[in-house]
Amino acid sequence: MIVFWVLAPIMVVAALGMVMVRKAVHSALLLAVVMICLAVLYAVQNAPFLFAVQIIVYTGAILMLFLFVLMLVGVDSSDSLVETIKGQRLAASVVAVLFGVMIAIFVAQTSVGVIVGLQGANEQGNVTGIAYLLFGRYVFAFEVSAALLITAALGAMVLAHQERLTPRVSQRQLAEQRMRDYSDSGKHLGPLPTPGVYARHNAVDTPALLPDGTPSTLSLSRSLQARGNVRAARVGDVESTVEQMKGVDD
Amino acid sequence: MTEVLPADGVFGLSWLLVAVPAISAVVLLVGGRRTDRWGHLLGTAAPAFAFVLGVVLFVALLGRGEQERRVGQQLWTWFEVGGLRADFGLLLDPLSALFVLLITGVGSLIHVYSIGYMAHDARRRRFFGYLNLFIAAMLMLVLADNYLALFLGWEGVGLASYLLIGFWQHKNSAAVAAKKAFVVNRVGDMGMVLAIMLMFATFGSVTFEGVAAGIEDASGATQTALGLLLLLGACGKSAQVPLQSWLLDAMEGPTPVSALIHAATMVTAGVYLVVRSGFVYETTEVASTAVVLVGLVTLVVGAIIGCAKDDIKKVLAGSTMSQIGYMMLAAGLGPAGYAFAIFHLITHGFFKANLFLGAGSVMHSMHDDVDMRVYGGLSRLMPVTFVTFAMGYLAIIGFPGFAGFWSKDKVIEAAFADNIWIGIATILAAGVTAFYMTRLMLMTFLGDKRWKSDVHPHESPATMTIPLVVLAVASVLGGVLILGGWIGHFLEPSVGPEEHHDLPIPVLALTAIVTLTVAVGVFIAWRTYGTKEVPVTAPRGSVLTRAARADLYGDALNEAVLMRPGQWTTRWLVWFDNRGLDGGVNGLAALIGGTSGQVRRAQTGYVRSYALAMLGGALLVVVSLLAVTLA
Amino acid sequence: MDATPFLTLSALLFTIGAVGVLVRRNAIVVFMCVELMLNATNLALVTFARVHGQLDGQVAAFFVMVVAAAEVVVGLAIIVSIFRARRSISVDDASLLKY
Repeated sequence: MIVFWVLAPIMVVAALGMVMVRKAVHSALLLAVVMICLAVLYAVQNAPFLFAVQIIVYTGAILMLFLFVLMLVGVDSSDSLVETIKGQRLAASVVAVLFGVMIAIFVAQTSVGVIVGLQGANEQGNVTGIAYLLFGRYVFAFEVSAALLITAALGAMVLAHQERLTPRVSQRQLAEQRMRDYSDSGKHLGPLPTPGVYARHNAVDTPALLPDGTPSTLSLSRSLQARGNVRAARVGDVESTVEQMKGVDD
Repeated sequence: MTEVLPADGVFGLSWLLVAVPAISAVVLLVGGRRTDRWGHLLGTAAPAFAFVLGVVLFVALLGRGEQERRVGQQLWTWFEVGGLRADFGLLLDPLSALFVLLITGVGSLIHVYSIGYMAHDARRRRFFGYLNLFIAAMLMLVLADNYLALFLGWEGVGLASYLLIGFWQHKNSAAVAAKKAFVVNRVGDMGMVLAIMLMFATFGSVTFEGVAAGIEDASGATQTALGLLLLLGACGKSAQVPLQSWLLDAMEGPTPVSALIHAATMVTAGVYLVVRSGFVYETTEVASTAVVLVGLVTLVVGAIIGCAKDDIKKVLAGSTMSQIGYMMLAAGLGPAGYAFAIFHLITHGFFKANLFLGAGSVMHSMHDDVDMRVYGGLSRLMPVTFVTFAMGYLAIIGFPGFAGFWSKDKVIEAAFADNIWIGIATILAAGVTAFYMTRLMLMTFLGDKRWKSDVHPHESPATMTIPLVVLAVASVLGGVLILGGWIGHFLEPSVGPEEHHDLPIPVLALTAIVTLTVAVGVFIAWRTYGTKEVPVTAPRGSVLTRAARADLYGDALNEAVLMRPGQWTTRWLVWFDNRGLDGGVNGLAALIGGTSGQVRRAQTGYVRSYALAMLGGALLVVVSLLAVTLA
Repeated sequence: MDATPFLTLSALLFTIGAVGVLVRRNAIVVFMCVELMLNATNLALVTFARVHGQLDGQVAAFFVMVVAAAEVVVGLAIIVSIFRARRSISVDDASLLKY
C-alpha cells in the first residue's frame, strides 16, 4: 500500500497536468509518467505480464507513436486555451465532477467482499496462467484481435498513403527546367550558397557572404528568417582576418 | 295469374328479341367508321327483325289456350352466392307480348324515320347504335322474369336515354339535360335497388313468381315499403311528380329520340312496373293510393305546363307527362284499371309517337326552330305531316272514334268508379288537354305565316312521311283493341281478371260529359288562338302562365330543397376538411417541423459537444445504477 | 491490501481523462486523454482480477491494450490525413457535419 499511496498522488497530478498544459509534447510526457506509474501498480497487484506489456506497448510503442505524430504535424502546434464552444467547459466540469462523485460513491458504498488474491492463480507463474486463458478460453477473441490488428495496420496505411497525382519528374527534366528558368528570368543556375561561408560561425543561422562582403539571404532557411533567428555576419571580421593573413604572407 | 310454362317450339327463340338488337348495337358501336355506310340499314333491320319475331310470337301466343299463355325461358344462372341466386330468365306473357309489339313496331318506324331525319348528321351510325342499344335494353326490361333482370334493362334504357339526350353534346343545354336526366333517374333507381334488396331479404327470391307467392304472408310494413319503393322507381323512369323535372329538358335530344324514348316506350316503363307488380299493390292500400295520387298530380301538372309552353316539343313533353299520369292513375286503381292503363299506354304510344315525329317533321322544315310562335300556316306546304298530325291530335284529345277516345274514356270511367272527385279531375284534365293540343295545332299549321325570313318550309322525305302515315293509321284505329273487351280479356293471364264497378251515372252519359268538356277546351283554344293574331313574342301572361312556363317551379323547388342545402353541406364539409382535418394534420406537421428546427440546433457538428452528451448519458446510467443498488 | 483505493484512483483517472476529452481541442491530446481513460479501466480490471483471484481480468486488460493499439494506429492515421488536408488538428475545425 505504501507504493500505492506514493504513486497515486503523482499519477493524479500528472493526469491533471496532462489535461491542463498548453503544449502537446508536455502532455505526452506527463501521460508517460502516468503510464509508468500504472505499470508499477500492475506489478504490485501480481500482474507482472501486464507490467511488462504496459511498459513495452504503451509507454514504448504507443506513446512513441504519439510523439512521432506530434513531430510530424509540428511540435509547437499548441492550443489556445480560449474555449470556442459556449458553456462547454462549465458543462463539462459539472458533468465530469458529478460523474466522478457518483462513481466514487458507488465504489465507496459497494463492498467488494473478501479479496482472494492471485497467489492461487499465479501458482504456475503469471505468464503461464494468462497463456492458458488466452489460448484456451479466449482463443477466439485472441484470433479476432489478430484480425483487428491487421485491419488497423491496413487502414493506417490506406489513410496515410498519398496518391501521386502527377508523373514523377526525372533528373533530366529537372535540369532542363533549370536551364529554361535561367534563360527566361536569369535565375541562378548553380546551387544556392551554403550558410556560414566566410562567416565567423559555420552555423545554419548565419548567412553566407557574397564576394563583395554582403550577406546573401538565399543561404538561409525561410523559416529561420521568419522567426528572426538570424545572426549577423559581421563584415569587419572578414576584413580583419584578411589583413592578418596578408601580414603572415608578407 | 296462371302458371308459367316452359318455352317450347317458336318460343325458344324469344331470347333473339333481345340478342339481335344488342348484337347490332355492339357491331355499330365497336365497328367504328367502317360501318358508317351501311350502319343505319343494319340498325333499322335489327328492330324490324325483332318486330317480325314479335308478331310470330304474338300469333303463337294467341294460338294457345288461355291458360297456357305465360311462357318462361330460363337461359342461365346469372349468379349464385350463398343463399343469393338469380337466374337469367325471360317471361313471355300477354303483357310483355303487347309491349314487345309496341316497342319493336313503333321502334322500327322511328328507325326508318331517323334514316331521313338524321341524314345530314355525321354521327348517324352512332345514333343508330344507341337506338339499338335502347331497343335491346327495353326488350330486356319487359321480357325479364325477375326484378334483377328487369333492373338490368331498366339501367340499360337509362344509359341509352342519357346517351341520346346528350347526342348533340356540343350544345351545352343538351349535355346538361342528359346529366339531369341521368341524375334524376338515379334517385328513382335507388328505390328500385332498395326494393330488390328488400325482396331478397324478405322472400329470398326476385322472380315475379317468387315475390307474388310470398307477398301475401309478408308483414304490412314490408308490403307498403315494397310498393312505395317500386313507385319511387316508377316515378323516376316515368317522369312522375316529384321526379318529373328531367323530361321537359330531355327534349334537347333529337326528335326521334323524344318520340321513341321520351314519349312512346321508355317513360311508360314505370307504368309497366306498377302493372307487373300488381300483386304488391293489391296487398297495400297505402302504396296503391300513393300511385293514384302521383298519377293524378302528374296528369294535372303536365296538362298545365303543356298549356303555357311555346316550344312545340315541350308542349308534347308536358302532354306526355299528363298522359302517363292517366296511365299511372289507372294502374293505381288495381285490377279495375290495369287493362285500361296498358290500353291507354299502347294507344298513347301510337299517337304520341305520331305527334312527336310530326313535330320533328315540322322542325326539319323550319331549320330546327322549335318556337311555335314563328310557325303558322304550314298546313298547305306540308300536307302529309299536317294530315297525319291531325290524326294524332284527334286521337289525343279523344275525338269520338279515335284511339285516344276509347282508351282515355275507359281510364276516366275507372277513375269515376273509384272516386267521383278523381273522376272529375280527370275529366277537367281531358278538357285542358284538348285546349293545349288545339292551341298547338292552331299555332303550327293554321293561321298566318309568322316565319323568319330565311325559312322555306317543305314537305319531309318519304322515309319520314311513311312512318307518319303508319302511325296515323294506328292512331285512328288503335281503339279496335278494346272491341268486345278484347284487351282486358287478353291480359287476364298476366294481371288477373278485370273488375267491373258500377258507375254512379250511365256510361253513355259520362262519355257525353267527357266529349262535351273536350269540345269546350277546343272552343276556348279556338277563341284564344284561332280568331286572333298570335303575337310573335310571348305576352307576359297571368301568374299561372308564368308558373307553367317555369315548369310550375319544379326545378326551382329542386334547387331550393335539394341543391342549395347540398351545396351548403358540401361547402361546409370542404371547409371543415380544409380547416379542421387538414388544419389539424398540417398543424401537427408544423409543430413537429418547428420543434425539429429548434432541436436540430443541438447538432452543432462539434465532436466535443457529442462527447459531452455521451458523458451525460453515462452519468445518467451511473445514477440509475446507483439508485437501483442503493435503494 | 484493500481494493477500494485502487478503484477510486481508477475512477478519478477516468474522470480526468473524460474532462480532457471534453475541453481540449488538439486532436492528439484528446487522443491521449482517451488512452488515459482506457488505462484507468485497465487498472480497475487488474484490481478486480486480484479481488476475485482469477486472471480473466488481466486477460481483459490485455485485450484492451491490443484494441487500444489498433485504435491509436488508425486514429493517428486519420489525424495525419486530416492535418494534410486542412493544416489543422483542432477537433473543432472538423465540424461540417451539422444542421
